[in-house]
Amino acid sequence: MSNGMEHMRKLTYREAVREAMRDALRKDERVFLMGEDVGRYGGCFAVSKGLIEEFGPERIRDTPLCESTFVGAGIGAALGGMRPIVEIMTVNFSLLAADQILNNTATYLHMSGGLFNVPLIIRMATGGGRQLAAQHSHCLSGWYAHIPGIKVLTPATVEDARGMLWTALDDPDPVLIFENSGLYNMEGFLPIDAGPVDIDSARVRRAGKDLTIISYSASLFKALDAAETLSKEGIEAEVIDLRTLRPLDERTFLDSAARTHRVLIVDEGWRSGSISAEVSARIMEKAFFELDAAVERICSAEVPMPYAKHLEEAALPRMEKIIEVVRKMVRSHG
Amino acid sequence: MKTERTTKLASAEKRSVSPMEREHALHLLRSMIRIRRFEAKCAELYSAMKIRGFLHLYDGEEAVAVGVMEALTPEDAVVATYREHGHALMRGISAGAILAEMYGKQEGCSRGRGGSMHLFDDKTRFYGGNAIVGGGIPIALGLALADKMQNKPRVTCCFFGDGAAAEGEFHECLNLAVLWQLPVFFVCENNLYAMGTAIRYSHSVTDLARRAASYGLTTAAVDAMDVQAVEAAAEEAAVFVRSGKGPYFLECRTYRFRAHSMFDPELYRTKAEVEEWKKRCPILTFSRKCLSDGIMSDADIGEIEREAALEINEAVAYAEACTLEPVEDLTRFVYSEGRPA
Repeated sequence: MSNGMEHMRKLTYREAVREAMRDALRKDERVFLMGEDVGRYGGCFAVSKGLIEEFGPERIRDTPLCESTFVGAGIGAALGGMRPIVEIMTVNFSLLAADQILNNTATYLHMSGGLFNVPLIIRMATGGGRQLAAQHSHCLSGWYAHIPGIKVLTPATVEDARGMLWTALDDPDPVLIFENSGLYNMEGFLPIDAGPVDIDSARVRRAGKDLTIISYSASLFKALDAAETLSKEGIEAEVIDLRTLRPLDERTFLDSAARTHRVLIVDEGWRSGSISAEVSARIMEKAFFELDAAVERICSAEVPMPYAKHLEEAALPRMEKIIEVVRKMVRSHG
Repeated sequence: MKTERTTKLASAEKRSVSPMEREHALHLLRSMIRIRRFEAKCAELYSAMKIRGFLHLYDGEEAVAVGVMEALTPEDAVVATYREHGHALMRGISAGAILAEMYGKQEGCSRGRGGSMHLFDDKTRFYGGNAIVGGGIPIALGLALADKMQNKPRVTCCFFGDGAAAEGEFHECLNLAVLWQLPVFFVCENNLYAMGTAIRYSHSVTDLARRAASYGLTTAAVDAMDVQAVEAAAEEAAVFVRSGKGPYFLECRTYRFRAHSMFDPELYRTKAEVEEWKKRCPILTFSRKCLSDGIMSDADIGEIEREAALEINEAVAYAEACTLEPVEDLTRFVYSEGRPA
């Protein structure tokens, strides 16, 4: 009997992103990659390793350390007919380009009354958990999701790491892709003929009837692991992967809330003003009467990320905490 | 680096003038007068509350936009600043579309979404209108990079002021443009003030062309109160860039006659200083020279003034008659419409 696995292959998240870029570079000569150390070094997380050998330094462009300028140059190149992929080493460094991202990338189409769209992709690593302390570990994807005019993708699976980039390259507008650095070594299975995937819907990653856990990026796997443990206790959690933080697919999580009547949001961002706050507010606004309990949130502690391992672990959302909160939510009500 | 250049002013002798030379001189003067009168009308309409927001006028600096645009072709791209009415007019955006934009009307060149500081036009490759000082320079680099990668022998002309030369992006961009040999024509409009801060208070080295030269690119400085000098310098720069020799930096030494914006009480400079510069007004000096050389007559200048007045009156009537975008359209143009499924 076939188990379907003969049509699947195993690869890492890092390889999935690299494949997506390689395919794009092969099929569209307008595509090029630029950023710090993307070429000769192979990418600071080795994502672009080997690409310069195949495509040369014109299309795999090492830039000087000037985030604002190479992001802005990405905008200009996009306006000039190219399809640039700009890589920023980490989300913290993206703040050096925040002016270009917010004041130009997100505004050009609107400010020009619809004349100039910017088909630019900006990829960057994000997230904590690797003892890199307070200037390399933050999760600011929810913060970028505040900005109209850009799309914010947070692929968690190898399928999304590969397929979302393809779709993003066909998008006429700027797309930011946040790759959690803790996921680069994660292995997953992908159909041999895997293609593009949509970039504007959430997915139910695990079906369940007792409670909904909404998450995205690396925290998704903490939620899924927690759900497995809870299942042994007879609690069936539905787990939703937001996938895209802007535009936010509220239909998927509102429908789930209407089925399970309880919602927990797990978000690696800081709690105040976070995407979890936005999701919670929308549930309150649009599914209030479906709820049997108040929406709960597990977010990162509101501190800059500490270096010490035990403190960093305490600062991030943990599976044990998810299990504890879910038990309390399910057992203390109706 | 080249030395500062100027053209000789009014020689007393009359000489023979070719029809082409006369036509070109009339064109330069007409262009500068169009901008000057347009800006005067904008100031008037601002006072009349027809135009709101920030309004930055170009009086005194006309020779820069006029001279530089002479060196560009329709295929080239332009990236400008928030003081860009003159550049937009010279690039070929109609006075009516610009004024309608400032009126916030949907027939404006940016549909009323941008206003005075964000004029855009795809047909003339006019990429704004950028109100973040220095923020347009990286975009110009990218446009030039796209041309270079697509083997299009075009020039991207990037205007910015002396204030931008203190921003990090300016230095990053000169470095990268030289490193990648990008076809960018950098035009620094040095009017000696970053809003209200004199250049001596914001730059350790006030000779900006000299500073730019440290990045290893070809630079020149020009007396930008002299339209013919600017035109000649820009021509040389554009030929250089177009021929694939890399970027070029031209410092245009000029002066802003009016306040920084309509909110500026001008506490940072004396009236005497402004009056002194007004003696070097590019329109005044050029028209005086043309008259003295016998290239044109008082009647010609009178005709130019009449034409400009007519054009501007028509533009005002057009802007008045234009329509407001329906509020239901508020959230349009945040993302592209008709995205492929």
